[in-house]
Amino acid sequence: MNSVRRPAIVATELCKSFGGTVVLDRVDLHVAEGTIFALLGPNGAGKTTIVRILSTLIPADSGVASVAGHDVCRDADALRATIGVTGQFSALDELLTGEENLRLMADLNHLDRTSGRARVGELVERFELVDAVSRPVSTYSGGMRRRLDLAMTLVGSPNVIFLDEPTTGLDPRSRRTTWEIIRNLAAQGVTIFLTTQYLDEADRLADRIAVLDRGRIVAEGTADALKRRIPGGHVRLEFAAPQALLAAASIIDDASHDEENLVLQVPSDGSVASLRRMLDQLGDAHIEVEQLSIHTPDLDDVFLAVTGHATEEAMIE
Amino acid sequence: MTAVSYTLTDSATLLRRNLRRLRRYPSMTLMLVGMPIVFMLLFVYAFGGQLSHGLPGALAGGHSGRAGYLNYITPGILLVTVAAAVQGTAIVVAMDMTGGIIDRFRTMAITRSAVLTGHVLASLIQNFASCVVIVGVAVALGFRPTARPTAWLATIGMLMLFSIALAWLATALGLAAKSVETASNTPMFLTLLPFLGSGFVPTATMPAGLRQFAEYQPFTPITETLRGLLTGTGIGTNSIAATAWSIGIGLTSYLWARRLYQHHTPR
Repeated sequence: MNSVRRPAIVATELCKSFGGTVVLDRVDLHVAEGTIFALLGPNGAGKTTIVRILSTLIPADSGVASVAGHDVCRDADALRATIGVTGQFSALDELLTGEENLRLMADLNHLDRTSGRARVGELVERFELVDAVSRPVSTYSGGMRRRLDLAMTLVGSPNVIFLDEPTTGLDPRSRRTTWEIIRNLAAQGVTIFLTTQYLDEADRLADRIAVLDRGRIVAEGTADALKRRIPGGHVRLEFAAPQALLAAASIIDDASHDEENLVLQVPSDGSVASLRRMLDQLGDAHIEVEQLSIHTPDLDDVFLAVTGHATEEAMIE
Repeated sequence: MTAVSYTLTDSATLLRRNLRRLRRYPSMTLMLVGMPIVFMLLFVYAFGGQLSHGLPGALAGGHSGRAGYLNYITPGILLVTVAAAVQGTAIVVAMDMTGGIIDRFRTMAITRSAVLTGHVLASLIQNFASCVVIVGVAVALGFRPTARPTAWLATIGMLMLFSIALAWLATALGLAAKSVETASNTPMFLTLLPFLGSGFVPTATMPAGLRQFAEYQPFTPITETLRGLLTGTGIGTNSIAATAWSIGIGLTSYLWARRLYQHHTPR
Protein backbone atom coordinates (compact mmCIF):
# COMPACT_ATOMS: atom_id res chain seq x y z
CA MET A 1 0.00 0.00 0.00
CA ASN A 2 1.18 3.47 -0.80
CA SER A 3 1.38 5.91 2.01
CA VAL A 4 1.04 8.81 -0.41
CA ARG A 5 -1.91 7.98 -2.60
CA ARG A 6 -1.66 9.00 -6.21
CA PRO A 7 -4.85 9.50 -8.16
CA ALA A 8 -5.95 6.38 -10.06
CA ILE A 9 -8.72 8.17 -11.91
CA VAL A 10 -8.92 11.86 -12.76
CA ALA A 11 -11.61 13.46 -14.87
CA THR A 12 -12.09 17.15 -15.54
CA GLU A 13 -15.16 18.77 -17.06
CA LEU A 14 -16.40 15.69 -18.89
CA CYS A 15 -19.34 16.46 -21.18
CA LYS A 16 -21.36 14.09 -23.32
CA SER A 17 -24.58 14.47 -25.27
CA PHE A 18 -26.52 11.92 -27.26
CA GLY A 19 -28.59 13.41 -30.05
CA GLY A 20 -29.01 16.79 -28.38
CA THR A 21 -29.75 15.36 -24.93
CA VAL A 22 -27.11 16.29 -22.39
CA VAL A 23 -26.07 13.12 -20.56
CA LEU A 24 -23.00 14.40 -18.75
CA ASP A 25 -22.54 18.01 -17.79
CA ARG A 26 -19.02 19.04 -16.66
CA VAL A 27 -18.28 16.01 -14.50
CA ASP A 28 -15.15 16.14 -12.33
CA LEU A 29 -13.82 13.01 -10.65
CA HIS A 30 -10.84 12.23 -8.48
CA VAL A 31 -10.28 8.71 -7.22
CA ALA A 32 -7.24 7.89 -5.09
CA GLU A 33 -5.23 4.75 -5.81
CA GLY A 34 -6.28 1.67 -3.85
CA THR A 35 -9.62 3.09 -2.74
CA ILE A 36 -13.22 2.17 -3.47
CA PHE A 37 -15.19 4.92 -5.15
CA ALA A 38 -18.95 4.68 -5.61
CA LEU A 39 -20.92 6.64 -8.16
CA LEU A 40 -24.43 6.77 -6.77
CA GLY A 41 -27.45 7.68 -8.82
CA PRO A 42 -30.77 6.49 -10.22
CA ASN A 43 -31.25 4.96 -13.68
CA GLY A 44 -30.53 7.43 -16.43
CA ALA A 45 -28.29 9.67 -14.33
CA GLY A 46 -25.30 8.99 -16.61
CA LYS A 47 -23.39 6.43 -14.54
CA THR A 48 -22.85 3.96 -17.37
CA THR A 49 -21.80 6.75 -19.72
CA ILE A 50 -19.04 7.75 -17.28
CA VAL A 51 -17.83 4.14 -17.04
CA ARG A 52 -17.84 3.86 -20.83
CA ILE A 53 -15.80 7.03 -21.26
CA LEU A 54 -13.27 6.06 -18.58
CA SER A 55 -12.92 2.55 -20.04
CA THR A 56 -12.35 3.93 -23.61
CA LEU A 57 -15.57 2.50 -25.07
CA ILE A 58 -16.87 5.90 -26.11
CA PRO A 59 -15.18 9.31 -26.36
CA ALA A 60 -16.33 12.30 -24.33
CA ASP A 61 -17.50 15.33 -26.28
CA SER A 62 -15.18 17.51 -24.24
CA GLY A 63 -13.12 17.39 -21.08
CA VAL A 64 -10.12 15.25 -20.18
CA ALA A 65 -9.85 12.01 -18.26
CA SER A 66 -7.07 9.65 -17.33
CA VAL A 67 -6.84 6.31 -15.60
CA ALA A 68 -3.60 5.15 -13.94
CA GLY A 69 -1.91 8.14 -15.57
CA HIS A 70 -3.01 7.21 -19.10
CA ASP A 71 -5.17 9.60 -21.07
CA VAL A 72 -8.42 8.00 -22.33
CA CYS A 73 -7.89 9.27 -25.87
CA ARG A 74 -4.18 9.56 -26.50
CA ASP A 75 -3.06 6.58 -24.44
CA ALA A 76 -6.00 4.21 -24.80
CA ASP A 77 -3.97 1.03 -25.33
CA ALA A 78 -1.81 1.52 -22.24
CA LEU A 79 -4.94 2.41 -20.29
CA ARG A 80 -6.71 -0.76 -21.39
CA ALA A 81 -3.77 -2.84 -20.25
CA THR A 82 -4.22 -1.64 -16.66
CA ILE A 83 -8.00 -1.79 -16.27
CA GLY A 84 -10.69 -4.41 -15.91
CA VAL A 85 -14.34 -3.72 -16.72
CA THR A 86 -17.46 -5.60 -15.70
CA GLY A 87 -20.40 -3.97 -17.39
CA GLN A 88 -24.07 -4.12 -16.60
CA PHE A 89 -24.70 -6.69 -19.32
CA SER A 90 -22.93 -10.01 -19.06
CA ALA A 91 -19.85 -10.06 -21.25
CA LEU A 92 -19.54 -13.81 -21.63
CA ASP A 93 -19.32 -16.13 -24.59
CA GLU A 94 -22.53 -18.13 -24.24
CA LEU A 95 -21.38 -20.96 -26.50
CA LEU A 96 -18.20 -21.61 -24.55
CA THR A 97 -17.80 -23.23 -21.14
CA GLY A 98 -16.81 -21.22 -18.07
CA GLU A 99 -13.27 -22.54 -18.29
CA GLU A 100 -12.99 -21.75 -22.00
CA ASN A 101 -14.14 -18.20 -21.29
CA LEU A 102 -11.50 -17.79 -18.61
CA ARG A 103 -8.80 -19.36 -20.79
CA LEU A 104 -9.74 -16.99 -23.61
CA MET A 105 -9.07 -14.10 -21.22
CA ALA A 106 -5.76 -15.65 -20.16
CA ASP A 107 -4.69 -15.93 -23.82
CA LEU A 108 -5.80 -12.40 -24.64
CA ASN A 109 -3.86 -11.14 -21.63
CA HIS A 110 -0.82 -12.95 -23.08
CA LEU A 111 -0.28 -15.13 -20.02
CA ASP A 112 1.86 -18.13 -20.88
CA ARG A 113 0.29 -21.57 -20.70
CA THR A 114 1.42 -22.45 -17.18
CA SER A 115 0.61 -19.15 -15.50
CA GLY A 116 -2.62 -18.92 -17.49
CA ARG A 117 -3.79 -22.29 -16.20
CA ALA A 118 -2.72 -21.41 -12.66
CA ARG A 119 -4.55 -18.08 -12.76
CA VAL A 120 -7.73 -19.65 -14.17
CA GLY A 121 -7.64 -22.43 -11.55
CA GLU A 122 -7.18 -19.93 -8.75
CA LEU A 123 -10.11 -17.78 -9.92
CA VAL A 124 -12.36 -20.81 -10.39
CA GLU A 125 -11.71 -21.77 -6.75
CA ARG A 126 -12.13 -18.24 -5.45
CA PHE A 127 -15.41 -17.65 -7.26
CA GLU A 128 -16.89 -21.05 -6.36
CA LEU A 129 -17.21 -22.12 -9.98
CA VAL A 130 -15.47 -25.49 -9.65
CA ASP A 131 -18.61 -27.55 -10.32
CA ALA A 132 -19.81 -25.39 -13.20
CA VAL A 133 -16.58 -24.68 -15.01
CA SER A 134 -16.90 -27.34 -17.70
CA ARG A 135 -20.52 -26.52 -18.53
CA PRO A 136 -21.53 -24.07 -21.29
CA VAL A 137 -22.25 -20.61 -19.91
CA SER A 138 -25.78 -20.74 -21.36
CA THR A 139 -26.69 -23.12 -18.49
CA TYR A 140 -25.49 -20.75 -15.72
CA SER A 141 -27.73 -18.97 -13.21
CA GLY A 142 -27.68 -15.17 -12.89
CA GLY A 143 -25.39 -15.23 -9.85
CA MET A 144 -22.96 -17.63 -11.52
CA ARG A 145 -22.82 -15.44 -14.61
CA ARG A 146 -21.91 -12.41 -12.53
CA ARG A 147 -19.21 -14.37 -10.72
CA LEU A 148 -17.75 -15.67 -13.98
CA ASP A 149 -17.96 -12.19 -15.48
CA LEU A 150 -16.01 -10.74 -12.55
CA ALA A 151 -13.52 -13.62 -12.65
CA MET A 152 -12.90 -12.92 -16.37
CA THR A 153 -12.24 -9.28 -15.53
CA LEU A 154 -9.63 -10.32 -12.97
CA VAL A 155 -7.66 -12.76 -15.16
CA GLY A 156 -5.33 -9.96 -16.29
CA SER A 157 -4.76 -8.73 -12.71
CA PRO A 158 -5.94 -5.17 -13.41
CA ASN A 159 -4.93 -2.25 -11.18
CA VAL A 160 -8.17 -0.37 -11.68
CA ILE A 161 -11.53 -2.12 -11.90
CA PHE A 162 -14.79 -0.62 -13.15
CA LEU A 163 -17.95 -2.31 -11.93
CA ASP A 164 -21.17 -1.03 -13.44
CA GLU A 165 -24.01 -1.89 -11.04
CA PRO A 166 -22.33 -5.09 -9.89
CA THR A 167 -25.20 -6.27 -7.68
CA THR A 168 -28.30 -5.12 -9.55
CA GLY A 169 -30.62 -8.10 -9.90
CA LEU A 170 -28.67 -10.35 -7.54
CA ASP A 171 -30.21 -12.22 -4.63
CA PRO A 172 -29.12 -11.10 -1.13
CA ARG A 173 -26.61 -13.91 -0.71
CA SER A 174 -24.90 -13.28 -4.06
CA ARG A 175 -24.89 -9.59 -3.20
CA ARG A 176 -22.97 -10.20 -0.01
CA THR A 177 -20.53 -12.51 -1.83
CA THR A 178 -19.89 -9.77 -4.39
CA TRP A 179 -19.32 -7.19 -1.65
CA GLU A 180 -16.82 -9.55 -0.01
CA ILE A 181 -14.94 -9.96 -3.29
CA ILE A 182 -14.83 -6.19 -3.83
CA ARG A 183 -13.48 -5.58 -0.32
CA ASN A 184 -10.80 -8.23 -0.79
CA LEU A 185 -9.70 -6.67 -4.06
CA ALA A 186 -9.43 -3.25 -2.45
CA ALA A 187 -7.43 -4.78 0.40
CA GLN A 188 -4.93 -5.99 -2.22
CA GLY A 189 -4.47 -2.41 -3.42
CA VAL A 190 -6.76 -2.50 -6.45
CA THR A 191 -8.67 0.70 -7.15
CA ILE A 192 -12.40 0.08 -7.52
CA PHE A 193 -14.79 2.39 -9.34
CA LEU A 194 -18.33 1.14 -8.94
CA THR A 195 -21.73 2.50 -9.84
CA THR A 196 -24.81 1.71 -7.83
CA GLN A 197 -28.40 2.71 -7.24
CA TYR A 198 -28.25 1.57 -3.62
CA LEU A 199 -27.21 3.90 -0.83
CA ASP A 200 -26.53 0.96 1.50
CA GLU A 201 -24.15 -0.58 -1.03
CA ALA A 202 -22.19 2.65 -1.42
CA ASP A 203 -22.27 3.11 2.37
CA ARG A 204 -20.90 -0.38 3.09
CA LEU A 205 -18.20 -0.45 0.44
CA ALA A 206 -17.00 2.94 -0.61
CA ASP A 207 -14.30 5.18 0.80
CA ARG A 208 -15.82 8.03 -1.14
CA ILE A 209 -19.20 8.51 -2.78
CA ALA A 210 -20.25 10.87 -5.54
CA VAL A 211 -23.93 11.47 -6.18
CA LEU A 212 -24.80 11.83 -9.86
CA ASP A 213 -28.01 13.52 -10.92
CA ARG A 214 -29.00 14.26 -14.52
CA GLY A 215 -25.37 14.15 -15.60
CA ARG A 216 -24.00 16.36 -12.84
CA ILE A 217 -22.13 15.48 -9.66
CA VAL A 218 -24.32 17.07 -6.99
CA ALA A 219 -22.50 15.86 -3.88
CA GLU A 220 -19.23 14.17 -3.12
CA GLY A 221 -17.56 12.94 0.03
CA THR A 222 -17.23 10.07 2.47
CA ALA A 223 -20.35 8.14 3.39
CA ASP A 224 -20.41 9.84 6.80
CA ALA A 225 -20.03 13.32 5.36
CA LEU A 226 -22.80 12.61 2.91
CA LYS A 227 -25.13 11.25 5.55
CA ARG A 228 -24.61 14.37 7.63
CA ARG A 229 -26.16 16.31 4.77
CA ILE A 230 -29.20 14.06 4.75
CA PRO A 231 -31.91 14.79 7.25
CA GLY A 232 -31.76 11.76 9.53
CA GLY A 233 -34.50 9.21 9.82
CA HIS A 234 -38.00 10.10 10.81
CA VAL A 235 -41.10 8.59 12.30
CA ARG A 236 -44.30 8.70 10.35
CA LEU A 237 -47.57 8.85 12.28
CA GLU A 238 -50.96 8.35 10.67
CA PHE A 239 -54.17 9.56 12.24
CA ALA A 240 -57.84 8.77 11.77
CA ALA A 241 -59.09 12.35 12.04
CA PRO A 242 -57.73 15.86 11.31
CA GLN A 243 -58.35 16.93 14.93
CA ALA A 244 -56.01 14.23 16.23
CA LEU A 245 -53.39 15.26 13.67
CA LEU A 246 -53.51 18.92 14.66
CA ALA A 247 -53.50 18.08 18.34
CA ALA A 248 -50.44 15.89 17.91
CA ALA A 249 -48.70 18.53 15.79
CA SER A 250 -49.21 21.10 18.54
CA ILE A 251 -47.46 19.02 21.23
CA ILE A 252 -44.58 17.44 19.28
CA ASP A 253 -41.60 19.67 18.39
CA ASP A 254 -40.23 19.91 14.82
CA ALA A 255 -43.06 17.84 13.38
CA SER A 256 -44.29 18.60 9.89
CA HIS A 257 -47.88 17.69 9.12
CA ASP A 258 -49.71 16.75 5.97
CA GLU A 259 -53.41 17.43 6.49
CA GLU A 260 -54.55 15.82 3.27
CA ASN A 261 -53.13 12.42 4.14
CA LEU A 262 -53.47 12.88 7.93
CA VAL A 263 -49.74 12.20 8.33
CA LEU A 264 -47.28 13.67 10.80
CA GLN A 265 -43.54 13.38 10.15
CA VAL A 266 -41.31 13.59 13.19
CA PRO A 267 -37.51 13.71 12.89
CA SER A 268 -36.09 10.83 14.89
CA ASP A 269 -32.96 8.76 15.33
CA GLY A 270 -35.23 5.72 15.64
CA SER A 271 -34.07 4.90 19.20
CA VAL A 272 -36.48 3.13 21.55
CA ALA A 273 -36.09 5.86 24.20
CA SER A 274 -37.12 8.66 21.86
CA LEU A 275 -40.04 6.63 20.50
CA ARG A 276 -41.26 5.84 24.02
CA ARG A 277 -41.04 9.53 24.99
CA MET A 278 -43.07 10.54 21.93
CA LEU A 279 -45.72 7.86 22.45
CA ASP A 280 -46.00 8.80 26.14
CA GLN A 281 -46.58 12.44 25.15
CA LEU A 282 -49.34 11.39 22.76
CA GLY A 283 -50.85 8.99 25.30
CA ASP A 284 -50.93 11.65 28.02
CA ALA A 285 -52.84 13.93 25.64
CA HIS A 286 -55.25 11.04 24.75
CA ILE A 287 -54.43 11.22 21.05
CA GLU A 288 -55.12 8.04 19.04
CA VAL A 289 -52.46 7.07 16.49
CA GLU A 290 -53.65 4.77 13.67
CA GLN A 291 -50.26 3.68 12.40
CA LEU A 292 -46.61 4.28 13.08
CA SER A 293 -43.63 3.58 10.82
CA ILE A 294 -39.92 4.27 11.18
CA HIS A 295 -38.05 5.52 8.17
CA THR A 296 -34.25 5.24 7.73
CA PRO A 297 -32.52 7.36 5.07
CA ASP A 298 -32.16 5.88 1.56
CA LEU A 299 -31.27 7.07 -1.92
CA ASP A 300 -34.48 9.07 -2.09
CA ASP A 301 -33.50 11.03 0.99
CA VAL A 302 -30.04 11.68 -0.40
CA PHE A 303 -31.63 12.97 -3.55
CA LEU A 304 -34.15 15.12 -1.80
CA ALA A 305 -31.41 16.55 0.38
CA VAL A 306 -28.84 17.32 -2.31
CA THR A 307 -31.01 18.00 -5.35
CA GLY A 308 -34.35 19.05 -3.94
CA HIS A 309 -36.20 16.46 -6.03
CA ALA A 310 -36.91 12.75 -5.82
CA THR A 311 -35.18 10.00 -7.80
CA GLU A 312 -38.25 9.42 -9.99
CA GLU A 313 -37.96 12.95 -11.34
CA ALA A 314 -34.33 12.31 -12.19
CA MET A 315 -35.32 9.16 -14.04
CA ILE A 316 -37.92 10.92 -16.19
CA GLU A 317 -35.21 13.12 -17.69
CA MET B 1 8.03 -6.36 -33.29
CA THR B 2 6.10 -7.28 -30.15
CA ALA B 3 3.14 -5.30 -31.43
CA VAL B 4 3.14 -7.36 -34.62
CA SER B 5 3.51 -10.65 -32.76
CA TYR B 6 0.70 -9.67 -30.38
CA THR B 7 -1.50 -8.93 -33.38
CA LEU B 8 -0.78 -12.43 -34.64
CA THR B 9 -1.28 -14.21 -31.31
CA ASP B 10 -4.47 -12.25 -30.58
CA SER B 11 -5.85 -13.04 -34.03
CA ALA B 12 -4.94 -16.71 -33.55
CA THR B 13 -6.58 -16.76 -30.10
CA LEU B 14 -9.78 -15.25 -31.46
CA LEU B 15 -9.67 -17.56 -34.50
CA ARG B 16 -9.57 -20.55 -32.11
CA ARG B 17 -12.51 -19.10 -30.23
CA ASN B 18 -14.52 -18.63 -33.42
CA LEU B 19 -13.81 -22.13 -34.69
CA ARG B 20 -14.82 -23.54 -31.31
CA ARG B 21 -18.06 -21.55 -31.53
CA LEU B 22 -18.73 -22.93 -35.01
CA ARG B 23 -18.34 -26.45 -33.65
CA ARG B 24 -20.81 -25.67 -30.86
CA TYR B 25 -23.32 -24.32 -33.32
CA PRO B 26 -23.08 -26.83 -36.21
CA SER B 27 -26.64 -26.43 -37.47
CA MET B 28 -25.80 -23.10 -39.10
CA THR B 29 -22.74 -24.46 -40.93
CA LEU B 30 -24.66 -27.54 -42.07
CA MET B 31 -27.48 -25.40 -43.40
CA LEU B 32 -25.11 -23.07 -45.23
CA VAL B 33 -23.22 -25.97 -46.85
CA GLY B 34 -26.42 -27.84 -47.53
CA MET B 35 -27.92 -25.02 -49.57
CA PRO B 36 -25.42 -25.14 -52.50
CA ILE B 37 -25.68 -28.94 -52.52
CA VAL B 38 -29.46 -28.65 -52.90
CA PHE B 39 -28.97 -26.09 -55.70
CA MET B 40 -26.53 -28.42 -57.43
CA LEU B 41 -28.94 -31.38 -57.29
CA LEU B 42 -31.83 -29.16 -58.38
CA PHE B 43 -30.02 -27.66 -61.32
CA VAL B 44 -28.43 -30.88 -62.57
CA TYR B 45 -31.38 -33.24 -62.14
CA ALA B 46 -34.50 -31.06 -62.23
CA PHE B 47 -33.45 -28.36 -64.72
CA GLY B 48 -30.28 -29.82 -66.26
CA GLY B 49 -32.03 -32.01 -68.81
CA GLN B 50 -33.63 -28.99 -70.46
CA LEU B 51 -30.97 -26.36 -69.77
CA SER B 52 -28.14 -28.50 -71.17
CA HIS B 53 -29.78 -28.48 -74.62
CA GLY B 54 -28.95 -24.89 -75.34
CA LEU B 55 -25.44 -25.12 -73.96
CA PRO B 56 -22.58 -25.04 -76.52
CA GLY B 57 -20.37 -28.09 -76.07
CA ALA B 58 -17.25 -25.93 -75.73
CA LEU B 59 -18.66 -24.46 -72.50
CA ALA B 60 -19.52 -27.88 -71.06
CA GLY B 61 -16.00 -29.21 -70.90
CA GLY B 62 -16.59 -31.44 -73.90
CA HIS B 63 -19.44 -33.33 -72.24
CA SER B 64 -23.08 -33.23 -73.17
CA GLY B 65 -26.36 -33.56 -71.31
CA ARG B 66 -26.48 -33.42 -67.54
CA ALA B 67 -22.77 -34.21 -67.15
CA GLY B 68 -21.91 -31.28 -69.40
CA TYR B 69 -24.26 -28.98 -67.53
CA LEU B 70 -22.72 -30.08 -64.20
CA ASN B 71 -19.31 -29.14 -65.59
CA TYR B 72 -20.72 -25.79 -66.61
CA ILE B 73 -22.36 -24.86 -63.28
CA THR B 74 -19.83 -26.15 -60.76
CA PRO B 75 -17.87 -22.82 -60.71
CA GLY B 76 -21.17 -20.98 -60.12
CA ILE B 77 -22.10 -23.42 -57.36
CA LEU B 78 -18.72 -22.79 -55.72
CA LEU B 79 -19.48 -19.05 -55.68
CA VAL B 80 -22.93 -19.73 -54.22
CA THR B 81 -21.10 -21.75 -51.56
CA VAL B 82 -18.78 -18.86 -50.71
CA ALA B 83 -21.66 -16.36 -50.69
CA ALA B 84 -23.72 -18.63 -48.41
CA ALA B 85 -20.83 -19.31 -46.04
CA VAL B 86 -20.13 -15.60 -45.48
CA GLN B 87 -23.78 -15.17 -44.52
CA GLY B 88 -22.77 -17.19 -41.45
CA THR B 89 -19.88 -14.80 -40.90
CA ALA B 90 -22.23 -11.81 -40.86
CA ILE B 91 -24.42 -13.67 -38.33
CA VAL B 92 -21.58 -14.52 -35.92
CA VAL B 93 -20.14 -11.00 -36.17
CA ALA B 94 -23.57 -9.54 -35.36
CA MET B 95 -23.95 -12.02 -32.48
CA ASP B 96 -20.71 -10.68 -31.05
CA MET B 97 -21.56 -7.03 -31.60
CA THR B 98 -25.03 -7.23 -30.08
CA GLY B 99 -23.83 -9.27 -27.09
CA GLY B 100 -21.86 -7.96 -24.14
CA ILE B 101 -18.56 -9.66 -24.99
CA ILE B 102 -17.54 -7.09 -27.59
CA ASP B 103 -17.39 -4.40 -24.89
CA ARG B 104 -15.06 -6.65 -22.94
CA PHE B 105 -12.80 -7.09 -25.99
CA ARG B 106 -12.86 -3.37 -26.67
CA THR B 107 -11.76 -2.51 -23.12
CA MET B 108 -8.86 -4.97 -23.28
CA ALA B 109 -5.41 -4.32 -24.70
CA ILE B 110 -6.11 -6.43 -27.78
CA THR B 111 -5.02 -5.17 -31.18
CA ARG B 112 -8.19 -3.59 -32.50
CA SER B 113 -8.11 -5.41 -35.81
CA ALA B 114 -7.58 -8.81 -34.16
CA VAL B 115 -11.26 -9.26 -33.31
CA LEU B 116 -12.28 -8.77 -36.95
CA THR B 117 -9.29 -10.64 -38.35
CA GLY B 118 -10.25 -13.58 -36.14
CA HIS B 119 -13.68 -13.64 -37.76
CA VAL B 120 -12.34 -13.32 -41.31
CA LEU B 121 -9.81 -16.12 -40.77
CA ALA B 122 -12.51 -18.41 -39.34
CA SER B 123 -14.68 -17.55 -42.34
CA LEU B 124 -11.83 -18.39 -44.69
CA ILE B 125 -11.31 -21.79 -43.12
CA GLN B 126 -15.03 -22.46 -43.24
CA ASN B 127 -15.13 -21.38 -46.90
CA PHE B 128 -12.24 -23.62 -47.82
CA ALA B 129 -13.79 -26.64 -46.09
CA SER B 130 -17.18 -25.94 -47.70
CA CYS B 131 -15.63 -25.68 -51.17
CA VAL B 132 -13.79 -28.99 -50.68
CA VAL B 133 -17.10 -30.63 -49.74
CA ILE B 134 -18.86 -29.12 -52.77
CA VAL B 135 -16.13 -30.20 -55.21
CA GLY B 136 -16.32 -33.67 -53.64
CA VAL B 137 -20.08 -33.86 -54.16
CA ALA B 138 -19.74 -32.50 -57.69
CA VAL B 139 -17.11 -35.11 -58.59
CA ALA B 140 -19.36 -37.81 -57.11
CA LEU B 141 -22.17 -36.60 -59.38
CA GLY B 142 -19.96 -36.70 -62.46
CA PHE B 143 -18.03 -33.40 -62.51
CA ARG B 144 -14.85 -34.04 -64.53
CA PRO B 145 -12.39 -31.13 -64.20
CA THR B 146 -9.46 -31.12 -66.60
CA ALA B 147 -7.32 -28.89 -64.40
CA ARG B 148 -3.66 -29.70 -63.86
CA PRO B 149 -2.04 -29.11 -60.41
CA THR B 150 -1.05 -25.51 -61.24
CA ALA B 151 -4.59 -24.76 -62.41
CA TRP B 152 -5.92 -26.32 -59.19
CA LEU B 153 -3.61 -24.09 -57.15
CA ALA B 154 -4.81 -21.07 -59.13
CA THR B 155 -8.42 -22.16 -58.51
CA ILE B 156 -7.79 -22.38 -54.77
CA GLY B 157 -6.03 -19.01 -54.88
CA MET B 158 -8.89 -17.36 -56.77
CA LEU B 159 -11.53 -18.85 -54.45
CA MET B 160 -9.62 -17.85 -51.33
CA LEU B 161 -8.97 -14.31 -52.58
CA PHE B 162 -12.67 -13.91 -53.32
CA SER B 163 -13.55 -15.53 -49.98
CA ILE B 164 -11.40 -12.99 -48.14
CA ALA B 165 -13.15 -10.18 -50.02
CA LEU B 166 -16.65 -11.47 -49.25
CA ALA B 167 -15.69 -12.34 -45.65
CA TRP B 168 -14.68 -8.70 -45.07
CA LEU B 169 -17.86 -7.54 -46.77
CA ALA B 170 -19.95 -9.87 -44.59
CA THR B 171 -18.04 -8.70 -41.50
CA ALA B 172 -18.88 -5.10 -42.36
CA LEU B 173 -22.53 -6.04 -42.97
CA GLY B 174 -22.58 -7.88 -39.64
CA LEU B 175 -21.12 -4.80 -37.92
CA ALA B 176 -23.60 -2.48 -39.61
CA ALA B 177 -26.60 -4.63 -38.68
CA LYS B 178 -28.58 -3.55 -35.62
CA SER B 179 -29.66 -7.13 -34.92
CA VAL B 180 -28.64 -10.70 -35.69
CA GLU B 181 -31.80 -11.11 -37.80
CA THR B 182 -30.81 -8.18 -40.04
CA ALA B 183 -27.31 -9.58 -40.35
CA SER B 184 -28.67 -12.90 -41.58
CA ASN B 185 -30.65 -11.13 -44.31
CA THR B 186 -28.41 -8.39 -45.69
CA PRO B 187 -25.76 -10.66 -47.27
CA MET B 188 -28.45 -12.77 -48.98
CA PHE B 189 -28.19 -10.79 -52.24
CA LEU B 190 -24.69 -12.26 -52.62
CA THR B 191 -26.09 -15.76 -53.12
CA LEU B 192 -28.30 -14.41 -55.92
CA LEU B 193 -25.49 -12.83 -57.90
CA PRO B 194 -24.07 -16.06 -59.38
CA PHE B 195 -27.53 -16.60 -60.92
CA LEU B 196 -27.58 -13.09 -62.37
CA GLY B 197 -24.22 -13.73 -64.03
CA SER B 198 -22.69 -16.54 -66.04
CA GLY B 199 -23.02 -19.10 -63.25
CA PHE B 200 -25.93 -21.13 -64.61
CA VAL B 201 -26.65 -19.93 -68.15
CA PRO B 202 -24.49 -17.98 -70.62
CA THR B 203 -25.11 -14.24 -70.27
CA ALA B 204 -25.70 -14.02 -74.05
CA THR B 205 -29.10 -15.71 -73.55
CA MET B 206 -30.29 -12.91 -71.26
CA PRO B 207 -32.39 -9.89 -72.34
CA ALA B 208 -30.63 -6.56 -72.81
CA GLY B 209 -30.30 -4.67 -69.53
CA LEU B 210 -29.99 -7.82 -67.46
CA ARG B 211 -27.30 -8.96 -69.88
CA GLN B 212 -25.26 -5.80 -69.37
CA PHE B 213 -25.62 -6.15 -65.61
CA ALA B 214 -24.64 -9.83 -65.78
CA GLU B 215 -21.60 -9.11 -67.91
CA TYR B 216 -20.23 -6.36 -65.73
CA GLN B 217 -20.99 -7.58 -62.20
CA PRO B 218 -18.04 -9.05 -60.27
CA PHE B 219 -19.30 -12.64 -60.03
CA THR B 220 -19.15 -13.09 -63.81
CA PRO B 221 -15.39 -12.65 -64.40
CA ILE B 222 -14.75 -14.75 -61.29
CA THR B 223 -17.07 -17.51 -62.57
CA GLU B 224 -15.36 -17.37 -65.98
CA THR B 225 -11.90 -17.54 -64.43
CA LEU B 226 -12.82 -20.56 -62.28
CA ARG B 227 -14.53 -22.25 -65.23
CA GLY B 228 -11.47 -21.71 -67.38
CA LEU B 229 -9.12 -23.04 -64.74
CA LEU B 230 -11.26 -26.11 -63.97
CA THR B 231 -12.61 -27.12 -67.38
CA GLY B 232 -10.33 -25.36 -69.87
CA THR B 233 -12.76 -22.80 -71.33
CA GLY B 234 -11.28 -19.46 -72.42
CA ILE B 235 -10.35 -17.04 -69.62
CA GLY B 236 -9.15 -13.99 -71.54
CA THR B 237 -8.99 -10.84 -69.42
CA ASN B 238 -11.48 -12.26 -66.92
CA SER B 239 -8.72 -13.27 -64.50
CA ILE B 240 -7.53 -9.67 -64.31
CA ALA B 241 -11.06 -8.36 -63.75
CA ALA B 242 -11.68 -11.11 -61.18
CA THR B 243 -8.55 -10.25 -59.22
CA ALA B 244 -9.24 -6.52 -59.40
CA TRP B 245 -12.84 -6.96 -58.22
CA SER B 246 -11.75 -9.20 -55.34
CA ILE B 247 -9.05 -6.82 -54.16
CA GLY B 248 -11.38 -3.83 -54.58
CA ILE B 249 -14.28 -5.40 -52.66
CA GLY B 250 -11.92 -6.76 -49.99
CA LEU B 251 -10.08 -3.50 -49.42
CA THR B 252 -13.19 -1.30 -49.38
CA SER B 253 -14.99 -3.70 -47.04
CA TYR B 254 -11.96 -3.94 -44.75
CA LEU B 255 -11.79 -0.17 -44.39
CA TRP B 256 -15.56 0.01 -43.89
CA ALA B 257 -15.50 -2.77 -41.27
CA ARG B 258 -12.60 -1.19 -39.40
CA ARG B 259 -14.39 2.13 -39.30
CA LEU B 260 -17.64 0.57 -38.06
CA TYR B 261 -15.76 -1.34 -35.37
CA GLN B 262 -13.91 1.73 -34.11
CA HIS B 263 -17.06 3.81 -33.95
CA HIS B 264 -19.25 1.08 -32.51
CA THR B 265 -21.61 2.44 -29.88
CA PRO B 266 -22.28 0.05 -27.03
CA ARG B 267 -25.94 -0.81 -26.66
